[in-house]
Amino acid sequence: MPTNKTGTGFSKPEPLSHKIHLDFPLLAGLLALMCVSLVVIYSASGESIAMVKRQGLNMIVSLTAMVIAAQFNPTFLRRWAVLFFIIGVGLLVATLLFGHVGKGAQRWIDFGFAKFQPSESMKLTLPIMIAHYITRYALPATLKHIFFGAVIIAIPVLLISKQPDLGTSILVGSAGVFALFLAGMNWKIIGSLIVAAVPFSMMMWYFFLHDYQRRRVLTFLNPETDPHGSGYHIIQSKIAIGSGGLDGKGWLNGTQSQLEFLPERHTDFIFSVFSEEFGLKGVIILLALYLFVIGRSLFIANNAQDPFSKILAGAITLTFFVYLFVNIGMVSGLLPVVGVPLPLVSYGGTSMITLMSGFGIIMAIHTHRKVNK
Amino acid sequence: MFLRHRTPIRNQTAENSLFARRAIIAFIGVLILVGVLIANLYNIQVNSYDTYQTKANGNRIKIIPIAPNRGLIYDRNGIILAENKPSHTLELIPEKIKDLHATIEKIGTIVSLSDDERSRFLKSVKRQRRFKSITLKSRLTHAQVAQLSVNLHDLPGVVIEARLKRYYPYGEILTHTLGYVARLSAKDEIKIELDGEKAIYAATKDIGRLGVEKYYQKLLHGLPGYQEIEVNNRGRVVRVLNEVLPEHGQDLYLNIDIRLQKKAYEELAGRRGSVVAIDPNNGAVLAMVSSPSYDPNLFVHGISTKNYKKLLSVDKPLINRATMGTYPPASTIKQLMALAALEAHIIDEHTSIRDPGWYKLPNVERKFRDHLAWGHGKVDVYKAMKKSCDTYFYDVANRLGIDKISSFMDKFGFGHYSGLDIHEEKRAIMPSRQWKKERHNQPWYPGDTISLGIGQSYWTTTPIQLANSVSIVAASGKRYTPQLLGASQSSNGFLQLPADEKPQIILQDENHWRIAQKGMWEVVNSNGGTAYRVFKGAKYQSAGKTGTAQLISIGEDEKYDAEKINARHRDNAMYVGYAPFENPQIAITVVIENAGGGGSSAAPIARKVLDLYLDSSLNKTPSLVANQVVNTSATGALHAH
Repeated sequence: MPTNKTGTGFSKPEPLSHKIHLDFPLLAGLLALMCVSLVVIYSASGESIAMVKRQGLNMIVSLTAMVIAAQFNPTFLRRWAVLFFIIGVGLLVATLLFGHVGKGAQRWIDFGFAKFQPSESMKLTLPIMIAHYITRYALPATLKHIFFGAVIIAIPVLLISKQPDLGTSILVGSAGVFALFLAGMNWKIIGSLIVAAVPFSMMMWYFFLHDYQRRRVLTFLNPETDPHGSGYHIIQSKIAIGSGGLDGKGWLNGTQSQLEFLPERHTDFIFSVFSEEFGLKGVIILLALYLFVIGRSLFIANNAQDPFSKILAGAITLTFFVYLFVNIGMVSGLLPVVGVPLPLVSYGGTSMITLMSGFGIIMAIHTHRKVNK
Repeated sequence: MFLRHRTPIRNQTAENSLFARRAIIAFIGVLILVGVLIANLYNIQVNSYDTYQTKANGNRIKIIPIAPNRGLIYDRNGIILAENKPSHTLELIPEKIKDLHATIEKIGTIVSLSDDERSRFLKSVKRQRRFKSITLKSRLTHAQVAQLSVNLHDLPGVVIEARLKRYYPYGEILTHTLGYVARLSAKDEIKIELDGEKAIYAATKDIGRLGVEKYYQKLLHGLPGYQEIEVNNRGRVVRVLNEVLPEHGQDLYLNIDIRLQKKAYEELAGRRGSVVAIDPNNGAVLAMVSSPSYDPNLFVHGISTKNYKKLLSVDKPLINRATMGTYPPASTIKQLMALAALEAHIIDEHTSIRDPGWYKLPNVERKFRDHLAWGHGKVDVYKAMKKSCDTYFYDVANRLGIDKISSFMDKFGFGHYSGLDIHEEKRAIMPSRQWKKERHNQPWYPGDTISLGIGQSYWTTTPIQLANSVSIVAASGKRYTPQLLGASQSSNGFLQLPADEKPQIILQDENHWRIAQKGMWEVVNSNGGTAYRVFKGAKYQSAGKTGTAQLISIGEDEKYDAEKINARHRDNAMYVGYAPFENPQIAITVVIENAGGGGSSAAPIARKVLDLYLDSSLNKTPSLVANQVVNTSATGALHAH
C-alpha cells in the first residue's frame, strides 16, 4: 500500500496518491464500508447474488464518479459555483413542473435515456455555492453574509421539500448550514436559530408537511398506536435490533430479516439487519469505521490550503454524518422515519454516486496543492 | 495564539484557527451524537434484549395444534362400525377474502355449488369468527380437487383441506345406538370453553352428537399434539422446529353384535318400533334397534335443510325408540305381576280363579274386560301367563294394591333410567300414589290399580327397560346395568369393561323365580301358548311373553292425518323373551307400534333374532372381547362418564 504519508509532507516529492489525486486511507475506509454493504445486502435480500452484483455495479459507477471528481482542481468548482447553483435550482423548478411522479413524490426528471434526480446533485452544489459565497469575504462571516447565505440555502431546500422529499431537503439544508457553521457563524445566531426552530417547525408542520409526513412524525412519537400501519416499520425494526443483542444472531441468521418481518430490509432499514445479525459489537465496529471516514475527512478539511476548500470539505463530511445519524436514529426509534439511507451501505445507486462524488471532491482538495506555500 | 481582528485584510492564520476550532467542535459534536446512538442501541440491544428476543420469537414461532385421530368403533366381533376416511373439503377464511360473494361466484364456475351449500356457508359466516375457516363444499371428488388446486392462486383465503372424516359403513342400521359426529358448532365451542377444554379441542373439527359417539366423546377424541413452526411475515411455514404427536382416541368395542342388529332392523322393515337384546349374564346390549332410522353419514358433512326436513316426518325417525319410546308394557309384565303376587302370598303355584271374561270391583258398575270375551274358565298362574289371561291379573293387581306393585316394579327398573351408556333416554312412568298426586294432583283410585295388572293405565316403559326386566327374570334376580361398551383399546392396552352388577333381587322364596320362568316357558312351548306357533320347531328352548298394548304411540302432541287416525290407534305389538331356557344367553324385547297382536307381529321378529344368535350352524365367531388378552395391569380404568 503506497500510503507513506507522514505529516503534511509539503516539501517531499509528490507521492503516488497525489498524482492520481486519491487519498488511500480515506479510500480504504470507504471500500471497507462497501464490503460491509455487500455482505449485509446478500443477507437482507435473501441470499440473492443478483442483488449483490447490482450493488457491486452501483459501487463501480460510484467509484468512477469519485475518481473523476477527484481530478478537478477545487478552484474549478469555485469558479463555476454560481453557474452550477443556478442550473441546479433551475432543474429543481423544472422537476416540480415536469417531473416524473413516483411513489407519490415528484423527484425525477426523465430525459428519455436516463432519469435524473436534481435534488441529489444539490447536496454538493449547495455547499459549493455557500463555501464560495461566504469565503469571498473575511471570516468569521458577518451577520449580513450569514443572512444571505441562509437565503441561498432556503431556495433549494424549499423547492425540494415541495416535491416532497423531507429526507433530501434535510440533507441539503444541513450541507448549507454546516458550511455557514464552519465559516464561523456567530454562536448568538446559532442560539437564536435554535430558539427560532420551534415556531419554524410549527410553520412547517401546518404549511409544508404532507399528511404522510405528519403521520410519520406522529408514528415516531408513539409507534405502538398503529402496530400494523405506519408504526409497523419502527416496531419491527426495534425488534430486529433488540433481538440481535450483544453478539447478534450471526450472518444470514437474523429471523426478523430472513423471515421478512422487517420492511425495506436492503434499503433504509439495512442497519436493523446488520444489528440483528452482528449485534452491538458489530454495530460498534461499524460506527468506528464511519468515525474513521469522518475523522479522516475532517483532517483533510483542516489541512486544506484555502478557506473555500476547508469549508467545502467540512460541509460534505458533516452532511455524510447527518446521513448516518438520521438513518440510525430513525431505525432505532430516536428520530421519525424519513427516507435517508445508511450512507454507502444501503442498496441503491443514486445516493451512493452523490456521496462518492463528494468524497472525490474531498480527495481533490487533499491532492491538488500548490507546490509551495 | 489567536488575535481577533476584524479587518478587511484577511488574516489567514486567524481564519485557519477559526476553522480548526469549528472543525474540532463539529467532530466533538459527531462523537457526542454517535455516543447517543450507541447509548440508545445499548438500551435496545442489551437492557431490553429479553423483551425484543421474546417479540422476535413471537413473530416467527407459531404453535399449530394437530388433531388426534378419533378412535374407531367395532362391534363385539371386531367388525368395524365407525371408521375414519380421508375427505377433501373446500374451506374459506372470510378474514382473508375481500369480496366473499365474488369469490363464491368464481368458485361456482369451477365446481358446481348447490343453493343449499351456498346458504349454509353464508349462514355459518355470520355465526363464526372471521379468522376461522368455514366449509363451503365437502366431499370433493379427485377431479374437483384437481380443478380447484390449479385455480387456488387466484383465490386468496380459499383452501382445500384433507381431513379424516367419520364414516359409518352400516348406515341407518345402527344410527340411534352408535350416534354420529358432526361439525363443532358455536354452541359446542362455548361449552368446551366453559369446561376448560379449549386446548384439547384446539384442532378438532367434529364432535360426537348422539349415541355412543357422544357418550364416549372423551375416550374417542384423544389428546391433540402440536407443531412448533417457524413462519415468515406472510404466515407461510418455513420449517418445523418441534413436533409432539397427538395421542389418538381409544378404539371402542361395543357389545353390539352387528349381525343381530342388522337382522332385527331388516325384520322391522321400516315399521315403527324397536328391538333390544341383552345378555342376562352381564347386561351387555347385543342389539338395540330403533325404526324407522336414517343415515348418520348425512350429519357428518353437515346435513342439508332438505334432508333434515325429511327427518321431521310424522314417523319421527330422529327419536331413539329403544330408549325414548314410552309404551304401555301391556301383558309383557304379567310374569312380574305374578312374582309380586307370589311374594305377597296373595297367590301360590296352585291358586286358581274363575274367569267369566270380565272383572268387576264390588259396588262399582264398570267392568274390566278380558281380551277373551267369554273368559278363560278356571285359571291358575301358569295358564294366566300362557293364555295371557287379563281377569286373573286384574284380580291380582287389585289385591296387591298400588303401593306393593309400585315398590316391586321399582326393583325391576321401571320408572328409572336404565343407566345405559348413551345420553338419550327417558324414564317413562311407573305410577304410584305420590306420582299421581304430583303429576295429576289427584288421589289414587282403586280402579287405577286394576288395569296396572295388565300393564296399562298410567304405566309406560321403554323397550330397554322392558328388556332389562326380562333379563332380570331370566337371571333369577341378578341385575346388571345395560352396557353398550364392552372394551376399549388404547396405547395402554386392551381394557375390558367389567359388568356393572347391581344388588341381586332376593325373593322370600327362590322357587317363585322358577314359577315365573315356567309360565313364560309355557307361553312358547305349551300348545295353546300365545307364542307357541311362532316358536314351533326352534332348535333351542326359549321363554317369552306376548303383549298387545292398547293405543298411544309415542309423542304427545302429534297431529293425526284423518286417514291415519285408525292406523295410529291400532294396538302396539310387543314381545319379551329369553333363550336358551336353561342357560339364558339372550333376553329380547320387540315393540312394533300399531301392528296389532304381539303374538302375530312381534314374536316372529324375536324368533328370527334368537335363531340367528343361538343357531350353532351359523358358525358364530366367539366374541372378540373373550379373544383378547386382557391387560389387567392397565391402570386407566374405563370411565363410563
